[in-house]
Amino acid sequence: MSTLDFSTKIASKRFSNPIFTASGCASSGQELSQFFQLSEIGAVVTKSIMTKARNGRITPRMAETPSGMLNSIGLQGPGIDVFLERDIPWLVENNAKVIVSIAGENVDEYGVLARRLRSVQGISAIEVNISCPNVENRGQVFACHPDTASAAIESVRRNIGGELPIIAKLSPDVTDIVEIARSVINAGVDGLALINTLLGMVIDLNTMQPKLGGKTGGLSGPAIRPVAVRAIYQVHQMFPNTPIVGMGGVSNGRDALELVLAGASAVSVGTATFGDPTAVIKIRDELQMLLLERGFNDFRDAIGFAHRASS
Amino acid sequence: MDEKLNQLKINKNAKQIKAEIISNKKVGPYHHMVFAVGDIALSVRPGNFVAISVGGENSASILRRAFAIYRAIDKGLLGGTVELVVAPHGSGSKWLCSLNVGDFVDLIGPLGTAFGIPTTPANTMLIGGGYGSAPLFALAELLKNRGCRVDMVLGASTASKIYAPLEGKRSVSSLTLSTDDGTAGVHGQITESIPRLIREFNTEVIYSCGPMSMLSSINKIAQDFDLVHQCSVEESMACGIGVCMTCVVPVRVEDEIKMLRTCIDGPVMDGAKIIWDKESAIEAITK
Repeated sequence: MSTLDFSTKIASKRFSNPIFTASGCASSGQELSQFFQLSEIGAVVTKSIMTKARNGRITPRMAETPSGMLNSIGLQGPGIDVFLERDIPWLVENNAKVIVSIAGENVDEYGVLARRLRSVQGISAIEVNISCPNVENRGQVFACHPDTASAAIESVRRNIGGELPIIAKLSPDVTDIVEIARSVINAGVDGLALINTLLGMVIDLNTMQPKLGGKTGGLSGPAIRPVAVRAIYQVHQMFPNTPIVGMGGVSNGRDALELVLAGASAVSVGTATFGDPTAVIKIRDELQMLLLERGFNDFRDAIGFAHRASS
Repeated sequence: MDEKLNQLKINKNAKQIKAEIISNKKVGPYHHMVFAVGDIALSVRPGNFVAISVGGENSASILRRAFAIYRAIDKGLLGGTVELVVAPHGSGSKWLCSLNVGDFVDLIGPLGTAFGIPTTPANTMLIGGGYGSAPLFALAELLKNRGCRVDMVLGASTASKIYAPLEGKRSVSSLTLSTDDGTAGVHGQITESIPRLIREFNTEVIYSCGPMSMLSSINKIAQDFDLVHQCSVEESMACGIGVCMTCVVPVRVEDEIKMLRTCIDGPVMDGAKIIWDKESAIEAITK
């Protein structure tokens, strides 16, 4: 049987395989380590960390939808101090490749977080979450406008130093995601994370009110996968040299391969982990098999394959 | 408990397995189901739960369902088993109840915290609403073995919805039933009987499991009588293993209010520390 080079690169950093967790879907990593070794996957993308501890939104925070779910967590987390003291050392000790996701309430906070992370050992990249839908003010969704998107990224770029790759996480809830991608690429990102959840709502027929405490929530799961494939395809077509961490409803190897063919250099698994804690491992193994079956011996040859003219 | 130590124990005993259904019997409006789980049964404590995938391989239901464990037997004729009492309310639980003996499910367990047991014998009262009584019978047996007095109070909207199997009653010093419609036991809400029973039995510790509104009312009573109240709470859960952050409840931790996960820091929690009132909870977490 032929062998496959399953490694991938995001800017200067190499990862042993292209399957990552998705931000906010693996908590701090410790919860999943009972079910598999974190070093077996390409990277752990942490929950988006903020400058201060945050309680997040009121419950109910979850509504299951056909082939998906709405969540309205609101970036609950321990804040950067506890995160650096407790969570990062644990992940490093457990040999996980770590991509730290950060979220700020304003442009300056992105810079503050970047400065805190610049000299931390054991981090492979920074994901700049500028697209969390669960914030009080829609204006806080930086990724909805090219100017605010690039301002947040510039703030990180100025404070991070040269070494760590910056990945901007974008929202599909925009008219033209290619335009947003262009603005953050011009602002100096090394990669893109596509896509965050889509803003949605469920109304409870018993109370006849929105079911979620925060009224709206982010839609994830297989229901959004075609949106992710489209966004990745469009952005990769325009910017083929910018690596994309693809995500959105991937629950098996074939889904992962679809995102890779559209242009993803790595694939994050989120909601599937809620249904199956070992989903990332199964997806990794299935993707490897599917690539071999199609005659690939280097994972990187499959990235963006769907853009090739059909013969 | 030291937070760091606590963190290292997350999901410590949990395993993900394919569990065979070895019995599925309708009991009133519920299903009593038995699953072959091997070693998992060894580490189950009263209060723990399991999370089961529902709907089959091509299901549009992508999230696990959490079920309180009714009983676990570690060395029966079929090896280790766990038993659940399932109410076929939603699409997931209906699917589970429709399965046959010999079918397999994807099961993770045991998960969550267990009921704390008094270090010295105490007078305990176990209060269950509807099928919320399920985890209380194993607890009753454990408490009785430790020399505790166990008074059980079970309530529901109507008689058929009280889950009280014969085998579960043997560890109980007294059993009081209560129904909203008066079809069994005391006529009225379960909480109406509690103060009288606490005085009668000289109760020192309350354990409860049922709907959040019931737990909240019981907590008020427990505070009035200055009793320890351990309750098994219920909040919609997506994963059951601590990664999704959806199943939180606001809890007082020292001087702070924290949104704790009911799957990891619960389902059994100290009732006195939970912020039960929704308005206070909103105020506490948004300030």
